[in-house]
Amino acid sequence: MSDDNTQIKEDAIVVSHVHKSFGENVVLRDFSLSLKEGENLVVLGKSGSGKSVLIKCIIGLMQPDKGSICVLGDEITTMEQTKLDEMRVRVGFLFQSNALYDSMTVRENLEFPLRRHWAKTSREEVDRLVMEVLEHVGLAEAIDMMPEELSGGMRKRIALARTLILKPKIILYDEPTTGLDPITGKGISQLMLNVQAKYNTSSIIISHDMNCVKMTANRIVMLIDGKCYATGTYDELMKSGDKRIKDFFD
Amino acid sequence: MNKSLFKTFLHETGEISYFTARFFREGFRPRYEFAELFNQCFAIGNKTLGLVGITGFIMGLVITIQSHPSMQAFGAESWLPAVVSVSLVREIVPVITALICAGKIGSSIGAELGSMKVTEQIDAMEVSGTNPFKYLVVTRVFASMLMIPLLVIIADAVGLWGAYIGVNMKTEVSFDLYTNQIFQKLTFGDVIPSIIKSFFFGFAIGIIGCYKGYYTRNGTQGVGRAANSAVVAATFVVFIIDLIAAQIADIIDIT
Ligand SMILES: Nc1ncnc2c1ncn2[C@@H]1O[C@H](COP(=O)(O)OP(=O)(O)O)[C@@H](O)[C@H]1O
Ligand SMILES: [Mg+2]
Repeated sequence: MSDDNTQIKEDAIVVSHVHKSFGENVVLRDFSLSLKEGENLVVLGKSGSGKSVLIKCIIGLMQPDKGSICVLGDEITTMEQTKLDEMRVRVGFLFQSNALYDSMTVRENLEFPLRRHWAKTSREEVDRLVMEVLEHVGLAEAIDMMPEELSGGMRKRIALARTLILKPKIILYDEPTTGLDPITGKGISQLMLNVQAKYNTSSIIISHDMNCVKMTANRIVMLIDGKCYATGTYDELMKSGDKRIKDFFD
Repeated sequence: MNKSLFKTFLHETGEISYFTARFFREGFRPRYEFAELFNQCFAIGNKTLGLVGITGFIMGLVITIQSHPSMQAFGAESWLPAVVSVSLVREIVPVITALICAGKIGSSIGAELGSMKVTEQIDAMEVSGTNPFKYLVVTRVFASMLMIPLLVIIADAVGLWGAYIGVNMKTEVSFDLYTNQIFQKLTFGDVIPSIIKSFFFGFAIGIIGCYKGYYTRNGTQGVGRAANSAVVAATFVVFIIDLIAAQIADIIDIT
């Protein structure tokens, strides 16, 4: 931090009044949300409702048309590239498609985010960090495999390991269990909880897999029609009488 | 229909100009990805050297065999090595090499970056703090700018060797005499422009392949289209550059 004022920042992420549209297609209209420190916030919404667009705006891969996004106290919509890169060290992003580099081994995949810091990091230190995250996701034996040799669940774990290697304060999960069988999905959800306990992270989890939501959510935000339609805990929303909310819980 | 085609053309030209401008903006500023540049140079050489060598050899051989009768008819048989070597070095070898590279390198860059784009690997680089434009595009464009002239020089040598064999199929010329005859006619004025020209061929092939790949849309289907249109566009541009180069050489009278 640039200033040495040690006030505890309660909100890890504050998204306020964000608009985003692609041509005629309005995806987010006046969407707001805040992520408290240490919280697991689930964003629940139908396919195509703009969940991925929302977290891509948060990590700076897309620019919102209007509105502000504060990450760890800094406004990112007007941030310059070098500061954005620094911010991204503290925010991990788990892609829905994993986005593993398929021309590289697992080890090289995991080393890639460390490239920026290579000048300052010794070979032993890099090896130690790689082994540490691999053991944490339970895949130490996969270190020299190629991504194509891995199963769906293993790929997800490696992708998570890759975001963990920089020890982020915040992790953004884009549909971490979609496309996995229920048992593997449950394993990933459990792993997400372990990560939070060990690294003390705050997370935004995008999902419509209710098993995963039930396990991980401290609080849920419902994204419907580009707005924050409702918010509450799993139990609160489950009891809701609103038809559009109920649809998710049946 | 025609109007929309024209609009697409203008749009694409604008985008690729912007892409090229970005290459110059980012290519000459740190951080420099030397290791990746080296990897790409190796990959290009590895992929094309065999093909370029064989083609160069065949071109040298064939042009010589085919030119022989007419040269003989004019009683200028002893001019054969000189004439063949000039047309090989100035025109045939650089263009054939560039066309092979447009096919092999253009398509592989287009497909590789295209699939990285649609599987979000480029976004993943971006969020892990590595500038994907520097890491992927700048290195590939520089690699093809460096490697294609090098491949042309190699293909020149192999092509002249092929021509030597071609000459010897009809008459008997010693290697000393052959090289003597070549270098009486072939000067730096022939070699240097052809190297400069191949430099531009390399630049065009690299930038078009990267542009098509980097802006791939529509999933897997888009990857095939990116690779395919990269080859078509690069091939076309190679001929355009060749035409311009011939005009320039003519104007400033390099003989
Ligand atoms: N790069 C883009 N260009 C144009 N439209 C996009 C783009 N990305 C997403 N969209 C549109 O935004 C909407 C929301 O997409 P997305 O956020 O991926 O949905 P999901 O909630 O399933 O993650 C979709 O209608 C999609 O067509
Ligand atoms: Mg999505």
